[in-house]
Amino acid sequence: MKFGVVVFPGSNCDHDAYHAIGEVLGQPVTWLWHASEDLQGVDAIILPGGFSYGDYLRTGAIARFSPVMRAVERFARGGGLVLGICNGFQILLEAGLLPGAMLRNVGLRFVCRPVYLRVETTNTPFTLAAQPGQVLRVPIAHSEGNYYCDSETLRRLEREDRIVFRYATAEGRILPEANPNGSLANIAGICNEGRNVLGMMPHPERAVEAALGSSDGLVVLRSMVAALARAGAA
Amino acid sequence: MLNTESKITADVAAQHGLSPEEFARIRQILGRDPNLTELGIFSVMWSEHCSYKSSKIHLRRLPTHGPHVLQGPGENAGVVDIGDGLAAVFKIESHNHPSFVEPFQGAATGVGGILRDIFTMGARPIAVLDSLRFGPLRAADESWRSRMGSAQETSQKEISPDELARNRRMLDGVVRGIAFYGNCFGVPTVGGEVQFESCYSSNPLVNVLALGIARHEELFFARARGTGNPVLYVGAKTGRDGIHGASLLASAEFSEESQTKRPNVQVGDPFLEKLLLEACLEAMHTGAIVAIQDMGAAGLTCSTCEMASRGGTGIEIELARVPQREAGLTPYEIMLSESQERMLLVAEAGREQQVLDIFAKWGLDAVVIGRVTDDGLLRVLDRGRVVAEVPAKALAEQCPVYDRPRQPPPPRTDETLFAFSADANTEPARWTEHFCRLLAEPAVASKRWIFEQYDYMVRTNTLVGPGAGDAAVVRIKGTPRALALATDGNGRWCWLDPFVGAQHAVAEAARNVACTGAQPIAATNCLNFGNPEKPEIMWQFARAVDGIAAACEALGVPITGGNVSFYNETLGRPIYPTPILGVLGVLDNAAHALRSGFRQAGDAILLLDGSSQPVPQSVSADTLRREFSSSLYAKTLAGVIAGTPPPADLEAEKRLIALLVALAREELLHSAHDLSDGGLAVAVAESCFAGEPPLGAEIQLPGPHNLPLEFALFNERGARAVVSCAEPALARVLALARQYQVTAHELGRTGGATFRVQRNGTTVVEAPVEFLREVWATALEKILLGDLRSPSSPPANG
Repeated sequence: MKFGVVVFPGSNCDHDAYHAIGEVLGQPVTWLWHASEDLQGVDAIILPGGFSYGDYLRTGAIARFSPVMRAVERFARGGGLVLGICNGFQILLEAGLLPGAMLRNVGLRFVCRPVYLRVETTNTPFTLAAQPGQVLRVPIAHSEGNYYCDSETLRRLEREDRIVFRYATAEGRILPEANPNGSLANIAGICNEGRNVLGMMPHPERAVEAALGSSDGLVVLRSMVAALARAGAA
Repeated sequence: MLNTESKITADVAAQHGLSPEEFARIRQILGRDPNLTELGIFSVMWSEHCSYKSSKIHLRRLPTHGPHVLQGPGENAGVVDIGDGLAAVFKIESHNHPSFVEPFQGAATGVGGILRDIFTMGARPIAVLDSLRFGPLRAADESWRSRMGSAQETSQKEISPDELARNRRMLDGVVRGIAFYGNCFGVPTVGGEVQFESCYSSNPLVNVLALGIARHEELFFARARGTGNPVLYVGAKTGRDGIHGASLLASAEFSEESQTKRPNVQVGDPFLEKLLLEACLEAMHTGAIVAIQDMGAAGLTCSTCEMASRGGTGIEIELARVPQREAGLTPYEIMLSESQERMLLVAEAGREQQVLDIFAKWGLDAVVIGRVTDDGLLRVLDRGRVVAEVPAKALAEQCPVYDRPRQPPPPRTDETLFAFSADANTEPARWTEHFCRLLAEPAVASKRWIFEQYDYMVRTNTLVGPGAGDAAVVRIKGTPRALALATDGNGRWCWLDPFVGAQHAVAEAARNVACTGAQPIAATNCLNFGNPEKPEIMWQFARAVDGIAAACEALGVPITGGNVSFYNETLGRPIYPTPILGVLGVLDNAAHALRSGFRQAGDAILLLDGSSQPVPQSVSADTLRREFSSSLYAKTLAGVIAGTPPPADLEAEKRLIALLVALAREELLHSAHDLSDGGLAVAVAESCFAGEPPLGAEIQLPGPHNLPLEFALFNERGARAVVSCAEPALARVLALARQYQVTAHELGRTGGATFRVQRNGTTVVEAPVEFLREVWATALEKILLGDLRSPSSPPANG
């Protein structure tokens, strides 16, 4: 089960993802350099958080044109697991691997704080180890996490069970006051039609050890390992 | 284009901020008149900012050696040994003047500058703290003063709505600037503090502390060695920004025309700096780098002559090879530009290509612009023609040093002291109301509005983040250890008594570190003062340095570096003398790190007091009045800023610190929080609020019970901390306290939904803890959000 963590110029959560997979989860992990299309035979790819290309032009807008993204797109269309976290989610939107777009947070400020997420579906390789409706405590750290899409797309996401996480209260209620950035329908993470590409604004890789305040994010990474094992066995 | 051939006179020198004597010395060193480029080079290197010419003789009194110190002042940052072959590299630096002129970019480039100082040493930055000072955000409330009963006179001037709005915008811009740079660079902003006083309205303070980690053998120093070795310029292109930032901006007072200095403020690009970090660390690992220094204040000038001077060599550079952002830059402008995100390297001859390849990989400009020589000269060529030739040592080390006149200010004889109320014990509702007013004061209120704009978790090392403990605690992956860091400095106290106030700054920072369980081992300081050419300012400075020296000596925390910021005055009004101390501590076991919030209901709450003579019954009423007149309570509720700070008892601090470290090591405590602004009542309440979830508490005030109630609740004496522990641990905690000669008062118990303070069996403060927490948690954003609907600065994405 080999993971690859993509390094764009300006990625800054790459080390955190690498640490979570390699040290905490004990899975093989390697760096994938933005200028190369060689995916080194990895089984899953993480697009980490940060400020790829300085967020110049628009978050994720330049990163999507990097050589590694051509390979990531092929990998994703072939069914490979791709997890985009924060800036990684923004890149997936720009690359068209996920629908919708990001607006600036309501309040127009960067927000860093732990939030609660409700697992909206366990029918993805990223949440199969979670309980339906399970509430996770995971931090956010972004200023453009206000997810938006047109109403047709939203209906489709809902119909196809592709909203994976919603911002919730600690008790798991989806309320406006639990929404830290104004995102549509409290959306914190969505997956593609094939369910093998997940974009999420919260940082599961920051919630993998109790000493850091929460280990709830592990369920996402463990689900990926389990899904890969299942696929390998099949 | 400036004419470099024109005659340089004392007048031209004066325009560059050089005195006639300094100009004469330059002519003597050169044996001729300098040309304009050379004059410019001297003017920045001999500016107060770069040369420390007014502070040097005083700074020598600071203790700089200790068992952990690997590198004291004089390098880009201080270095201390933290065990396991690891070194902590840290320094605090000011960016006050640029932040006043342009808050967003000034603060942003302040962060950028100190980060470069850290990774220049070969260390990856792992944490940033900010110590900020602004003018008041809210007007003093007249109704409060009238409700104080006795006729309190005020020593605070009225503040206009315009000034309040400006202060809020200033805070907003600075916080956005720090967030913009730190968040993008990928370093967590884990702590710091902010205070508000009128004197900072026209001169805010932005001090940034950065911490990095490196293995001993990976450390780099800025010493140019090896004649013939190539000198490389890497990073951003040079432009006209920031010219004379160090000399004319940072080394002069402000006037009404200060806004015309906006072009002297640099513009930051954290993305470029992030690339520079990765490329520099990668290049350093190849072994092909001999020396490296960032281009900060005084840019190319400072980096070339300091590296040559430290290495005992010379450096020759060709300006035509310097990457330039625009055409037509003169040698003068190139040498003085303070464009950000640039570095100067010395590589091993023959291995240039290896270094160039790494920078190319990261998409950065890297050019060989010169070589190391053996003649001790900084020689600057422009298309082969020598445009400046100056001894490097003369620039870096032979600036005149001044023992400027010092004079204490006249005694404050006619000041109004705080008047204690006579009917203290009878009105719990009134005291609760006063208490709420204190909790809503920005100095005390939750700083969540600020710190949530910072990414304080990136790199996943933050064990104790902002608001969670007295100091920030970051673990060091791959070891069992963690580091704790705190900044402190009470300018109001330093104005009342710079010697005592400065001692408190050291003591409080060390105490905060110890509250997390870490052993304080070293310090860094940022000394923010007014115009050193004024004898009263110079007196404040000398007294503050003596206070810091005494406290650092007593507490075993040598100064490893820092920065002096003079000329913090606008229109002749100086700031309070404001030394900011950053103290670093080590936790041998990261799992022992303590937070400030109560952890479970039913725990014992204790007040640990290190002083051998807690306030005796016999102390005179006048002494208490004088001391309490310096408190936040006196300032907030009575408008009184007067008297003297509480006495600094360094032996008491030492005992308390030793006890706190011992208690944490035995894992006896559930929380620890020191007493500072607002005294005992505020400290206990903050521990209630910081609980997850918040917990109530019921406490009895310790005696003597004949003290004025305000004093008992809110006095700010040092060497004290509120701790909590589970019942089974209590006996051992008390035994250790006795062993360390620290008085432990059993105050009460955690739990319930109420915050209640009793004295001698009578309730004096009482309210639902959730109500108090709401007052405290929302005060700052209530003040700020009314005024800040639209952002005043470019956004930080992410």
